[in-house]
Amino acid sequence: MEIITASGLTKNYGSFKAVDNVSFSILSGECFGFLGPNGAGKTTIMRMIYCFMPPTRGEVTVFGHSVTRDPGHIKSRIGVVPQEESLDLDLTVLENIIVYGRYFDIPRKKSQPIAMELLSSVGLLERMNENIKNLSGGMKRSLLLVRSLVNDPELLVLDEPTTGLDPHSRQMVWHGLKQLQERGKTLLLTTHYMEEAQRLCNRVAIMDRGKIVVVASPKDLMEQYGGDLEEVYLRLTGRKLED
Amino acid sequence: MKIKRAMRVWQRHFMVYTKLYKSSIALNFVEPVMYLVAMGFGLGGYISEINGKPYINFIAPGIIASSSMFATVYECTYGTYVRIFFQKTFDAILATPVNIDDLIAGEIIWGATKSTLYGIIIIGTISAFHLVDSFFVLLIIPVVFLSGLVFAEISLICVALVPGIDSLNYFYTLFLTPMFLFSGIFFPLDAFPVFVGKIAYFTPLFHLTSICRALSAGNPAGAVEGVVWILVVAVLLVPFTFRFMRKKIIK
Repeated sequence: MEIITASGLTKNYGSFKAVDNVSFSILSGECFGFLGPNGAGKTTIMRMIYCFMPPTRGEVTVFGHSVTRDPGHIKSRIGVVPQEESLDLDLTVLENIIVYGRYFDIPRKKSQPIAMELLSSVGLLERMNENIKNLSGGMKRSLLLVRSLVNDPELLVLDEPTTGLDPHSRQMVWHGLKQLQERGKTLLLTTHYMEEAQRLCNRVAIMDRGKIVVVASPKDLMEQYGGDLEEVYLRLTGRKLED
Repeated sequence: MKIKRAMRVWQRHFMVYTKLYKSSIALNFVEPVMYLVAMGFGLGGYISEINGKPYINFIAPGIIASSSMFATVYECTYGTYVRIFFQKTFDAILATPVNIDDLIAGEIIWGATKSTLYGIIIIGTISAFHLVDSFFVLLIIPVVFLSGLVFAEISLICVALVPGIDSLNYFYTLFLTPMFLFSGIFFPLDAFPVFVGKIAYFTPLFHLTSICRALSAGNPAGAVEGVVWILVVAVLLVPFTFRFMRKKIIK
């Protein structure tokens, strides 16, 4: 079953085409990754999917609902881990999840036990009353991840979930994402790390200059083009090497 | 826009405020009291009476107006700017069912709440100093909520229009400070050429000051015109506030 369908999706910033007439669909329960150099349009696609910005042209539907006509419904069923760290610095670890839950109309009575469980799943329970400033980069990422789960979303949208993390923290995030996938969640992520894509993604779309160059499973790509995923990626997007 | 969702944003701000109020109360409360003491007793020593009142009684109601205004304006200029561009609070909220209009409404209502809060504190303070003549002073509380809406709207429009946080200084220097000085808080505008009063008539603080003065003196009829002015402007600014903020946030 298709959870996200995009057709002819285009986003212009002024005269710059950030996303240029792309079409794709994402299936329920799969982990789908967008790969591509900085500025390829990955984040822009994510932002249109989670209804943060409207497409210039074309259409995206999530759960069969249009992102422009029914954003409230879509947003109530998804979880978003943005690229930029957007934790509430004025609140504690626990309050961050409770306040976030309230945006989904989850009252404190209900969100507090959920929050404690989520925090304990990433080893942050004993730091629940601490200030965000005292957390390491890896802990902040983990908190961003569990915060996005407070409404028990069916679809999780992750924009570069492990950028800037040390190998240990990255492993922790991967482990968490694997578990979510096993629980039947659909994952949509962008990444620069081929290892991440190879480990987590059932299918990847390689993007360059606002267009999707290819969509396939990492395994098929490696078979078709030879070499590992990184070599395939460089070949398909490596204009600087050729120029 | 759903009021329930706007109140989620309000709740977030209130929660943060209850944690941080000790540091901001100094800024918003001690400063007006210093004005009151310095101008009222200091300058007041040289001025016998204004409009038949001791000078400190003359300025006291105006301090309600200015301190409630500044509470809202700080919150909805620097506060909102930091939430949008530095702390990414808006980005986080907009990924939830709260939409941009709910969020803007939440900011406005929270801004007006700050006005109300500081209005109440100053009303309490000047009442303790016996500078108020009438219980009608309590009617100022809903009025500063209304004027808070106006100041929040003006501040958000300003946030939406400035190219960077430093430019907010222009808003303070070119708009707020002159409005503060020529609002009738410290002296009646009668002594100036007529056009000064005419310009002041177009500023919200001038009306808020007259309302506060009328109600503290037990003259509710004298407050009516100002309340109508504030109400009309609060409504007129709504579409501009939402349009400019939407444009600033949603690219």
